[in-house]
Amino acid sequence: MTIALETRGLEKSFGGLRVTRDLSLKVVQGARHALIGPNGAGKTTVINQLTGVLTPNGGRILLEGYDITGLSVHKRVLRGLSRTFQINQLYADLTPLETIGLAVSERMGRGGDWWRRMGTRNDVNAEISEILSRFHLLDVMTELTSTLPYGKQRLLEIAVAIAARPRVLLLDEPAAGVPESERHDILAAVAALPREVTVLLIEHDMDLVFSFADRISVLVNGGLLTEGAPDEVARDPQVRAVYLGETTDV
Amino acid sequence: MTALSDVSTHAMASARWRISEVAFWVLALACAFLFPSRYLIMTDIVRLGLFAVSLDLILGYAGIVSLGHAAFFGVGAYSAGLLALHGIINEPVIALVVAGLVAAVLGFLTSFLVIRGVDLTRLMVTLGIALLLEALAERFSDITGGTDGLQGIEMQPILGRFAFDMFGKTGLFYSLIVLFILFLLARRVVHSPFGLSLRAIRNNPLRAAAIGIPVNRRLIAVYTLAAFYAGIAGALFTQTTALASLDVFSFERSADLMLVLVIGGTGYLYGGLIGAVVFKMLQELFQSITPQYWLFWIGLVLVMIVMVGRARIHRWVLFVPNLIIRQCAGRKAAVTVPEGDAP
Repeated sequence: MTIALETRGLEKSFGGLRVTRDLSLKVVQGARHALIGPNGAGKTTVINQLTGVLTPNGGRILLEGYDITGLSVHKRVLRGLSRTFQINQLYADLTPLETIGLAVSERMGRGGDWWRRMGTRNDVNAEISEILSRFHLLDVMTELTSTLPYGKQRLLEIAVAIAARPRVLLLDEPAAGVPESERHDILAAVAALPREVTVLLIEHDMDLVFSFADRISVLVNGGLLTEGAPDEVARDPQVRAVYLGETTDV
Repeated sequence: MTALSDVSTHAMASARWRISEVAFWVLALACAFLFPSRYLIMTDIVRLGLFAVSLDLILGYAGIVSLGHAAFFGVGAYSAGLLALHGIINEPVIALVVAGLVAAVLGFLTSFLVIRGVDLTRLMVTLGIALLLEALAERFSDITGGTDGLQGIEMQPILGRFAFDMFGKTGLFYSLIVLFILFLLARRVVHSPFGLSLRAIRNNPLRAAAIGIPVNRRLIAVYTLAAFYAGIAGALFTQTTALASLDVFSFERSADLMLVLVIGGTGYLYGGLIGAVVFKMLQELFQSITPQYWLFWIGLVLVMIVMVGRARIHRWVLFVPNLIIRQCAGRKAAVTVPEGDAP
């Protein structure tokens, strides 16, 4: 089994507060791995360290065996690690066409081209059109992102991460805030992600976690509480106490 | 595959020339022929327009604010002046490009200070660099002529053929051609994938990095390019006036430039040109009414623009034409500010 993404003894503190404690995590290639934990467990801090927004105080991060701990955000993307955001981070006054175009151009190394107009390379266009159609965004591709319904924006959020053609994809609460009527599209898009893409899902929604993940890690107070197959985790008394017990009232 | 051709058509749509743009340049050229007694002020407007395009590249596209853009203008101005004064490069066009490149080198070097930090830091750093250069120019008066400026610059004919005349005709057409060429280049750049990535960075730097855009490298590149443009504007100043004095670095010059873009709007290139025309006309108008207190009226106009909002002013301006069109052609045909032109 090859390891796609791994952390070794990851540590992060903000002032005196240890937000990530000696976290060692292995995500197997092709896995549908979920990282769950109660509010304040430090899930977002972990994601921010994986993507390079935050620098860990200790420990290492390996992408396909290669040490990426010191790499900048955009270089990790080019190495095949991309993410979606829990709260949409889209370009309000760009269109979906332009948004996807940006990601595709950068991946193909054409993003710095200053001498040619956009839309003049057919390899880029073909991929943009393929991604827009896969995520049902063709009909709204020339509308401003800020005017799209929330569900469409959420799809765009996933589509733009996929456009970077990642081998490891971090999904940060993909269905957060999506109204029930549009939820199905998001879940279908997540389920339809290509099998060769390794997915690390950060999620609150237990239905989504248990229907999607084949492995679950439970994060509590910045450290790993337990890890295993979904049914093992669901039976774990510790997990039931600290986490599942809490969510019964949701 | 219709989706594919759709994608390429729509992707190219923003770069297509609009009729209004063609009309703008035809009008600019027409003015150059129609008002032979106004060459000097028109040259002034063209230079300011080019300078404003430079600031628009970093402010309107990449979101970098600057209160010290005169630094590059000044370096370009002195470079062109020194090249001509010492007869190092006599041909104005080559000297112009060299002066632009000198400013670009300075832009590249200082970009590393500017890309870090937030807006306020950037304002202070850019302001500081301009003040620094002004003081340096005053200190090394044996090179720059100090407060007297460079004396006795004599410009050779452009391309060895077109001599600068005392009415400023050559100067105007020369400036206009330079502006047009650099505008075409800027227009190409902002409609390229590079230009789009700048807009993405201004919109959301966090996401820009997360889709693989090398944010810092792009900002350095555009800052250097903008410095080149500002340097060219400065060099045009020296070449068309045969003057270069300390005020090329002045804070007022940087601040006026901000006003130009506030008037014209940012992020569509024409804002700098329109702003330059309006700013100079207002300046002329107010100076003729109250030579001493014209700044009061400029200030008032600015406050009005900011308070009322540019979009609303556009709507007022277009109110009458809209009314006529609606009468003739029904509701749908109303003139609106094109999407890309809306600030």
